[in-house]
Amino acid sequence: MGSQVTDDIARLGATAVERLAWATDVDGLRAVESEVIGKGSELAGVKRSLGGLDPDERREAGLALNRATAEVAAAAADRRAELEAAAHTETVAAERLDLTEVRSARSAGHLHLVTQTMEELEDVFVGLGFEVAEGPEVEDDWHNFTGLNLPAYHPARDMQDTFFVDLGEPGDVVLRTHTSPVQLRVMEEQGPPIYVVVPGRVHRNEARDATHLATFHQIEALVVDRGITFGHLAGTIEAFTRAYFGPGFSSRLRPSYFPFTEPSAEFDIQRPDGSWLELGGCGMVHPEVLRNGGIDPEEFTGFAFGFGIDRLALARHGVTDLRDILSVDVRFLEQF
Amino acid sequence: MKVLQSWLRELAPFDQDPDTVSAAFNDLGTPVEEVTRLGEGLDGIVVARVLETRPHPRADRIGLVDVDLGDGEALQICCGAFNMAAGDLVPLATLGTTMPDGMEIARRKMRGEWSNGMLCSSTELGLGADHGGIRILAPDLVPGTPLTEAIGLEPDVLWDLEVNANRPDALSVAGLARDLAARLGVPFSLPTADPRRDGAEAATELGVEILDPDLCGRFGVWLLRGLDPAATSPEWMQRRLTVLGMRPISALVDISNYVMLELGQPNHPYDRDGVPEGRFRIRRARPGETLTTLDDVARSLDGEDLLICGGDDVALGIAGVMGGASAEISAATTDVALEMAWFLPRSVGRTARRLGLRTEAAARFERGCDPEVIDLAAARFASLAEEVCGTALAPGVVDGRGQLPDRTPVRVRTGRVNQVLGTDLDAAAVTRLLDPIGFTCTPAPDAEGDLDVAIPSWRHDSTAEIDVVEEVARHHGYDRIPRRELATSRPGRLSTVQHRRRELRGLLTGLGLTEVMPLPFLAPGQLTAAGFPAAGIELRNSLVAEESVLRTTLLPGLVAAVATNAARRSFGVRLFEVGHVFLPRRDGEVPDGPGRPDLLPDEREHLGVALAGAEAPEAVRAWLALAARLGLGDADVANEPGPGLHPTRSAVARVGGTPVGTVGEIDPGVLAAHGISERVAWLEVDLGDLLAREVGEVAYRPVSRFPSSDVDLAFEVPSSTSAADVERTLLRASPLVWSVALFDTYRAPGVDSDRRSLAYRVRFDSSERTLTDAEVAEARQTLIDAVVAAHGATLRG
Repeated sequence: MGSQVTDDIARLGATAVERLAWATDVDGLRAVESEVIGKGSELAGVKRSLGGLDPDERREAGLALNRATAEVAAAAADRRAELEAAAHTETVAAERLDLTEVRSARSAGHLHLVTQTMEELEDVFVGLGFEVAEGPEVEDDWHNFTGLNLPAYHPARDMQDTFFVDLGEPGDVVLRTHTSPVQLRVMEEQGPPIYVVVPGRVHRNEARDATHLATFHQIEALVVDRGITFGHLAGTIEAFTRAYFGPGFSSRLRPSYFPFTEPSAEFDIQRPDGSWLELGGCGMVHPEVLRNGGIDPEEFTGFAFGFGIDRLALARHGVTDLRDILSVDVRFLEQF
Repeated sequence: MKVLQSWLRELAPFDQDPDTVSAAFNDLGTPVEEVTRLGEGLDGIVVARVLETRPHPRADRIGLVDVDLGDGEALQICCGAFNMAAGDLVPLATLGTTMPDGMEIARRKMRGEWSNGMLCSSTELGLGADHGGIRILAPDLVPGTPLTEAIGLEPDVLWDLEVNANRPDALSVAGLARDLAARLGVPFSLPTADPRRDGAEAATELGVEILDPDLCGRFGVWLLRGLDPAATSPEWMQRRLTVLGMRPISALVDISNYVMLELGQPNHPYDRDGVPEGRFRIRRARPGETLTTLDDVARSLDGEDLLICGGDDVALGIAGVMGGASAEISAATTDVALEMAWFLPRSVGRTARRLGLRTEAAARFERGCDPEVIDLAAARFASLAEEVCGTALAPGVVDGRGQLPDRTPVRVRTGRVNQVLGTDLDAAAVTRLLDPIGFTCTPAPDAEGDLDVAIPSWRHDSTAEIDVVEEVARHHGYDRIPRRELATSRPGRLSTVQHRRRELRGLLTGLGLTEVMPLPFLAPGQLTAAGFPAAGIELRNSLVAEESVLRTTLLPGLVAAVATNAARRSFGVRLFEVGHVFLPRRDGEVPDGPGRPDLLPDEREHLGVALAGAEAPEAVRAWLALAARLGLGDADVANEPGPGLHPTRSAVARVGGTPVGTVGEIDPGVLAAHGISERVAWLEVDLGDLLAREVGEVAYRPVSRFPSSDVDLAFEVPSSTSAADVERTLLRASPLVWSVALFDTYRAPGVDSDRRSLAYRVRFDSSERTLTDAEVAEARQTLIDAVVAAHGATLRG
């Protein structure tokens, strides 16, 4: 049979639980908590009065008091969780953003297609063990022609229509018609062994149309070392082909003629579908060119191969008119 | 060079199919540009005689032609060509014929008139190019005969080959046949000729005098008597000439061209009576001398052109390039003086190029003809002329001799062949490859395994061992040379300049700039219009005047690019270019080295930045950003007007006090001239030194684990005081300073007109502890004292 005190405790606990359930926000809950189980609460008063009871009553009332206090605390915690969840829901609802409406303040710019392709080619060659060499666009006759085994009146000079620069006597200074003058410059400056690629802008005096440019870009590789053979030339072109175009591609060499190489060849790339792309020219560096570069052709041999890159750069994006390489229209440039 | 299967087979009896032959041509370095099958699908085509040509009653562009197929009946045809006359024999595609291009011939009405077939052009028959409409056949054919039977037409294959400058032999049927025979393993033989010889010796009527033997190695003249002026060349010869791209003209000209195509030897028949005294004098032209060539153009000559003159020293023609009109074969010609010569290739090439006369003869002389095929070529010519024109060859030849190239055999070391090619061939294998193409090998008497190789007279290009190595490679087969990988242990890498150039490009695109690559050429006056001195170097032969000057600055090109975009309603474009500019070489610098370094311009790599719709400070920010990226701690700007720039909004970009470029805004006048209505912020710097500069590694500063304290300080300083200097003072004043940032500058009524306010945020920290308020206050005072003392500043409240 419960004593009066025990009943009071149960009643006070039940009332407290009920009041907590009515709290509508976290602050209100905290105030109610303080009232029902704080120092000034009726339950605290009952606790203080327990000392006046006999031992049995006191033990029984103590147990009831602990039970009631635990129930009130649990009810407060439950209510707090409910109120916090509700408050969180309300807050996040109020903070809703449509992230799809966001646009970048300023997008990054674009490298020119030629630069993108050049850098990619340079990286492939660097991976194959090459360094990158550069040279001037305005050249003297020696480096562009004569030193490359193309003396005056050589019929092959017709292969490269030339822009002549008004410096010195007519013919002394030209816009380079190919990147090969850098071959001689590298030989002069560094000597063998040479493993370089030369990217660069070149100029030919030809009318511009959809398939011809007067100003365009080439890259060529030059190797001069002991024991370099035509077999290395073919093997390096094959390695380059697979590295740049992909493992399904292969290469072939066909006899051709360039004054600065002998034997000379054209090289073609075969696509995985079996079709061929005529890419560029190559050959063993002509002994006369090595000699002109100050290198003994009996001790050292070398090879060179090169090709135009503008067509490659555009073809990847389906651009068919070469003149687009010169476009300054941002609507074109920003597509790449 | 075009070549026919039937012609090749006369000299090299191969039976390989056309695909195999095409592959062989490709492998031998005479790549096939086009293969055409001839004479197929001509079954329904017959010879017809034109009876009458009449106008179409209701059409101008077509006419009516009545033809007879041999049965005397008139058959009406509508035809769009008008080049035939009554009596001509023409090819008629009869009803039901399927043409080589797939078109079916049916009876149909054209503007109300029936057409019972189609008259054919050479192109429609697949027999070569048209020269003005319907093909007119030789007059001795029988109407009604199938065309293929009438003209002895058999299916044939025409190859169009690309011939490189080092293959003089490949500009002849014989040369191509020889190369092909070696590859296909069949015998090769030159044509034979044994013309009837009659009458007095040639030398009784002809003479040759070579006055410049350095330019003329051989000049032979033969005499052909009894020319039938009415003779025409046979159909088979005309057909071969036509499909090889030459136009039949007259019997003698056709024979001349035929011999040139077959043997590669250009030649020239003169009317014997048109050659004064029958004597030929070969000499250099005198400066200012002129000659009217066969194409009726007066040519002005110089002292390096070689002339063929008569006994009166008056020019008959330009050696190896083109004849003159005076001794041309005419209807009255009876006796023919036939020239077969060898001229110095370089000389012919020079003259042909200078005069713009790239004739078939010049193309062959320029590559180097065969001085020893001349006798056969003369005999071949005489035989054909005998057959076609009834001539007889006078016995003997007047054979003038000058200097011919040295033909000492070339020593070819088998070891060298393998050293270059990476093959493992022995002397016997090399010999087997070379002998069939006339590079005759003899074992070297003094070096075992090596060969002395005689260079054939038809390979003027070959003079050295490496030339022979190429022939070995060509006939061995490029694809049979084993491929090898490079065995270098050297790592590939980009140079410092190349790395830094990429960093620069990466930063610029990160800043939202797009790269352009305009042409490096400017129009005359474009530099001055842009505010620059007219110092651009000119091209001697530009494509157009607008592209005749080399740029000295990237400004005109980029401003034009902004203008192009603005005209297309793309505003606010942010562009950059990394490219070369070409400055006149400064006097006094004469660098050393091969070539002509004394003539080359001062070529530099520049960066240009054009920010449309932006003001000068944005360009300065771009400059400072890229200087920071490149590790140029001492980069700044100094206000100064620059060419082409806004006079009060421009500065010099400097590194360590040295100018490296200009920064600011484009001059409004320049913008207006380009129709640009936005402001354009501008930066141009010379990248040479900036990219090449070695920037040391940045030393590590330990980062504190403790919270830092920020203090704002505003100073009033004289206007002339540099904000950067104040910043440096603050950084050095106390070891507790971690960073200093200028966050505001202010010049206003509250500040004296010659003073301005600079506001900095200073961050203090210590790696040992959280700083106390007292420590921060003490450090703050130290900074204030330092700036006041160093810059005459006052602290603002």
